[in-house]
Amino acid sequence: MSQQFIIEPVSRIEGHGKITITLDDEGRVSDAKLHVTQYRGFEKFCEGRPYSEMPSLVERICGICPVSHSLASVKACDAILGVQVPETAVKLRRLLNCGEFIQSHALSFFYLSSPDLLLGMDSDPANRNILGVLKANPSVARDGIRLRKIGQQIIEWFAGKRIHPSWVVPGGVNAPLSAEHRENMLAMVPEALDIVQRTLTLFKQSLENYREEIRTFANFPTYFMGLVNLQGNLEHVEGKLRFIDAKGNIVADQVDPIRYQEYIGEAVEEYSYLKSPYYKPLGYPEGIYRVGPAARLNVCNGCGTPLADQEWAEFRSLERGPVMSSFYNHYARLIEILYSIEVLERLLQDPDILSTRIRAFARPNYSEGIGVVEAPRGTLFHHYKVDEYGLMTWANMIVATGNNNLAMNRGVLQVAKRFINGTTLTDPAINRIQAVVRAFDPCLSCSTHVLGGPAASI
Amino acid sequence: MSKARIATTWLDGCSGCHMSLLDIDERLVDIADQIELVYGPLVDALEYPEAVDIALVEGAVSNDEDVKKIRLIRERTKILISFGDCAVTSNVPGMRNEFRVEDVLKRGYEENASCHAQIPKQGVPHLMPYVRPVHEYVKVDLFVPGCPPPADAIFFLISELLQGRIPDLSNKTRFGA
Ligand code: SF4
Repeated sequence: MSQQFIIEPVSRIEGHGKITITLDDEGRVSDAKLHVTQYRGFEKFCEGRPYSEMPSLVERICGICPVSHSLASVKACDAILGVQVPETAVKLRRLLNCGEFIQSHALSFFYLSSPDLLLGMDSDPANRNILGVLKANPSVARDGIRLRKIGQQIIEWFAGKRIHPSWVVPGGVNAPLSAEHRENMLAMVPEALDIVQRTLTLFKQSLENYREEIRTFANFPTYFMGLVNLQGNLEHVEGKLRFIDAKGNIVADQVDPIRYQEYIGEAVEEYSYLKSPYYKPLGYPEGIYRVGPAARLNVCNGCGTPLADQEWAEFRSLERGPVMSSFYNHYARLIEILYSIEVLERLLQDPDILSTRIRAFARPNYSEGIGVVEAPRGTLFHHYKVDEYGLMTWANMIVATGNNNLAMNRGVLQVAKRFINGTTLTDPAINRIQAVVRAFDPCLSCSTHVLGGPAASI
Repeated sequence: MSKARIATTWLDGCSGCHMSLLDIDERLVDIADQIELVYGPLVDALEYPEAVDIALVEGAVSNDEDVKKIRLIRERTKILISFGDCAVTSNVPGMRNEFRVEDVLKRGYEENASCHAQIPKQGVPHLMPYVRPVHEYVKVDLFVPGCPPPADAIFFLISELLQGRIPDLSNKTRFGA
């Protein structure tokens, strides 16, 4: 008789997930599914709210990447206003985003995944958490705490608040940067660089220990998507969409994000509140693609900053084409932290950065707007429609994690097949099945702005 | 002194309250010896254990699994804390109460889908007709408003609890902030 295992909740990820694994009559894994079990309904309940409320409302989709949601939201609102955002405001938005990438990637790497990476996939589950890392390797844990704090502090210096800062607004940003905060931020750059560089060294040395995980953590060909700038380099806030195939050929480039619906469809599976976006020209489910840190490094021509470019070149030399194993997302996250610190420093030294021209004012001039950014977990789409008074009538959001849904499900199946032997579920198997999900750093409460809740049973 | 057994959980929230907890930064190191994290999204326990001293509950009660979970937490916990505005008032998640559940689900899975449009039903919890704050289901021992509550308030809260005192947080955090 076929047998089913349930792993719930999936731990050390953000949000609510559960995994079911089905064994066939011979006791072999025949199927595995990641269920996202929360649904929140933002796309519906924002109806009737003024568009200008959206940036602070959508921050409440996610406490880890509120800045990404507010950025996508204000870009959609900019389009509804029909304004050109002042240059300094564009730069300040990017600066704020650097703070977010630093803290969010630090959270994923140090607080959520370093227990697997430092203590080991097979270590005692009771200690496999940040407090366990603190005991076993205090200097790494302190580095992680410190790096996340630096990112959060940057956000706080802009907005007076670390979580749900409500500082970016339609048309620009809320307040100029002060000279004092600029100095404060610049003063943190050297320490942040030190931390991320020594972590990169440590991580690269440890890769040897993870051969089996690298081989099986969603290691299969897919398309990839990400934003790139005009030169084709890495871009997080502005930029246009690029898609590449599994061999690394560019199949669509410089696609204006407002055309996203021509390229991306959204499918629903009955077992999950998380939809499964797919690359439309290939259909469903063949149009499986991935987003996020490794995907971004796969699609871009380079980072455009010196230190990150060196690391990028080394990263891309791991494989002849795009880097396929999603295990390498951990690696890519560290490189993106490095990139964000370099961008931060560069922007802070920009002569216009203290300018007080930071906001364009207008009434709503258009009935529809689309805003797209790269969130730490991948490409994030906000699409709004408003009535003549600027009240919301409809919204659609494709959240970073959603883009990876098909790949996460297949990755879970791949790991389950490799690490489940026989008909009992061992902790090392359970942990690896969860760790492949962690490698994507999914943000499941984001993904079901439309997402739901765990219960435990095996 | 034995370590305080602390659990944290999120129901229908955004994880922001948990992030604010982490925003105590290095102060985590100072209290690490006095606490044991026995359950929650930051640790690997699959089951909510018995005899928990303190539970920080983020988020509102939104689906049938949340209901089961909060009852189990109440049974096994000494001090249950409504942690953040979503838990205390149902906050933003409660905004869906203006709409019928079917309409909320239809928007996400039928109107805004281009393939296999359908409402997910298999292996996922059912949404309750209304999102409710935690205290409408179980007795709550302490309310901590804020969206999220500031890290300083959270650190004060935990330090006081570790000293065996129930803190007064009225001048440390407020709704919305
Ligand atoms: S109270 Fe605010 S920060 Fe906390 S979970 Fe709710 S929305 Fe997020």
